[in-house]
Amino acid sequence: MKGQSYVWEGAIPLQIHLHESEVTTMPAPAPALVLAPRIGYLPLLLPLVKPHFASALPPGVDTPWFDYKGLPLKWYVPTGVLFDLLCHEPERPWNLTVHFRGYPNNLLMPYEGEDSVKWNFINSLKEADYIINGNCKNVMHMSQSDQLELWRSVMNGSLEAYLRASSKLRLGTVEDEYTLDLDLCKPKSPKTSEVDVAGQVKAGKVPVRLYIWTVSTDFEDLEDVPNIDSWDKISYVNRPVEFLKEEGRCFTLLDALKTLLPEFFNGNSMLNEEPCGLEDEEDKQNAPEEDSISLRKAKEGKETSCQIAESCRKGGDAEIKLVRIQGIEPKLEIPFSWIVNNLKNPEHFLHICLYLKLPIVNTA
Amino acid sequence: MDLFSWDGTLSYKEFAVAAAPTFVHKWERLNSSSPSWIWMEGYLSLDNFCLLPSSHQESLFDANLIQKEVNEEETIDDDDATLVHSNKSYDGAHYYDFHIVYSASYRVPALYFRGYCCDGRPLMLNEIEKDLPSCSAKVLLESKWSFITLEEHPYMNRPWYKLHPCGTSEWMKLLFLSDAVMAKNGLAIDQYLVSWFSVVGQVVGLRTPIKMVKSIHDN
Repeated sequence: MKGQSYVWEGAIPLQIHLHESEVTTMPAPAPALVLAPRIGYLPLLLPLVKPHFASALPPGVDTPWFDYKGLPLKWYVPTGVLFDLLCHEPERPWNLTVHFRGYPNNLLMPYEGEDSVKWNFINSLKEADYIINGNCKNVMHMSQSDQLELWRSVMNGSLEAYLRASSKLRLGTVEDEYTLDLDLCKPKSPKTSEVDVAGQVKAGKVPVRLYIWTVSTDFEDLEDVPNIDSWDKISYVNRPVEFLKEEGRCFTLLDALKTLLPEFFNGNSMLNEEPCGLEDEEDKQNAPEEDSISLRKAKEGKETSCQIAESCRKGGDAEIKLVRIQGIEPKLEIPFSWIVNNLKNPEHFLHICLYLKLPIVNTA
Repeated sequence: MDLFSWDGTLSYKEFAVAAAPTFVHKWERLNSSSPSWIWMEGYLSLDNFCLLPSSHQESLFDANLIQKEVNEEETIDDDDATLVHSNKSYDGAHYYDFHIVYSASYRVPALYFRGYCCDGRPLMLNEIEKDLPSCSAKVLLESKWSFITLEEHPYMNRPWYKLHPCGTSEWMKLLFLSDAVMAKNGLAIDQYLVSWFSVVGQVVGLRTPIKMVKSIHDN
């Protein structure tokens, strides 16, 4: 799977500034330039970043965290996902601010060193194991040293070591079925004749984490830069995709999104009438400027989802403005199995960033 | 559905349409002195629950009490006082919000909770541990990362403590299989949360009145 190696090599150039309130030297230290792996997590960069700023820091205990334009960044979300979600127009280098004081405990899960990141990873892996196999035994029965080896491979971005360590997990057996599925989509593939697909077709489950930002064209005020300034504006959906393989028909990315989000797409034919692909380049560029925020009234995610669902019931399906996975914007008719096999993160979750435009509701 | 082939899980629809209303209704009927669980379009919520300082609640958190309770069923109404609604305030009391959220990954309910002092300061895990029954504090110590974890509340978008739901389907299956009436009449999925909470509530010191569990079949 060539895509996987591209994903593992993927990195985002960061320009990290020390927050001005923590600068104790004149002149202020220059920003640190770091290359951040997409599949990595921001705190893993601290061994590179901290020495750079150490001399400028006030005395005290470090509680490091990052923000982007004032939005505290969740360290437990992979760096590539944060970039795809929060940078509508990819910004290179990506300008982040690092803080070593004043951890926002009420907003972010506590960070207690590299172990926090490691256990977050292992817990996600366990969750993926449960979704795929119906229990967590593969991960639970992994020896400490195998777990460590797996974690180190992610930390070091070594795909080879990862494949070696994760082969013991037997999460790959599901992958083989997707490969089958992939073959179904290409009838000319020489493999097809060898595979007796008729009786073998069965459901598969894919661990997915979805981050949804909704926009509505009703919003007229275009003056503000459309930054996502609060996590409450993002609906987070953590649901597995279950799909049945049908002979002669491919389960596409669009099928997966419709399965995942029945509250947004309740069967209206609108999506089918549209060409199965993303909007052209021009549309994509306009999308972020069109509306600066979604649902300013909504204070919490749940309200947002409720309003969205309500809006969809009244006005038909939401419109997909943008799908971004691992920095690419795949066409919606791409086989979902290909997406999963090539673009999933090492904890076996596929992270999808989605911008949706809500249907206009006639309140008259 | 056949109880023996059941895997111990439930769908979101079963959670929202059958199990949650049954649980709310029963709790209301049999815990009239306690605040009610409220359905929040996707999850159940019981906010502002007050736990008295530990000197008052030792008996509540005694693991043997569960057995004792079975023997002294007649008198259990008296100990409702250990869980007090926040209308009254006590020095050093801890307040808890409990939410029951459906986990689509594990296809079971998961308990999220957070604790805070009367001045609103959130409780740290080591303070919460002191409020926990001694039996769960021990489990907590042994498996720091997999039993109670801080995780993001999927609806509140903030870190909350969560009882890890990884083993839930297995013990729920055992719990239902051991139920004689269900073994005879088949799976009663609407009773899922009542049974589930009779176990999970104990871990966090929120006991389900024995009447509630006993009355599973007398609707």
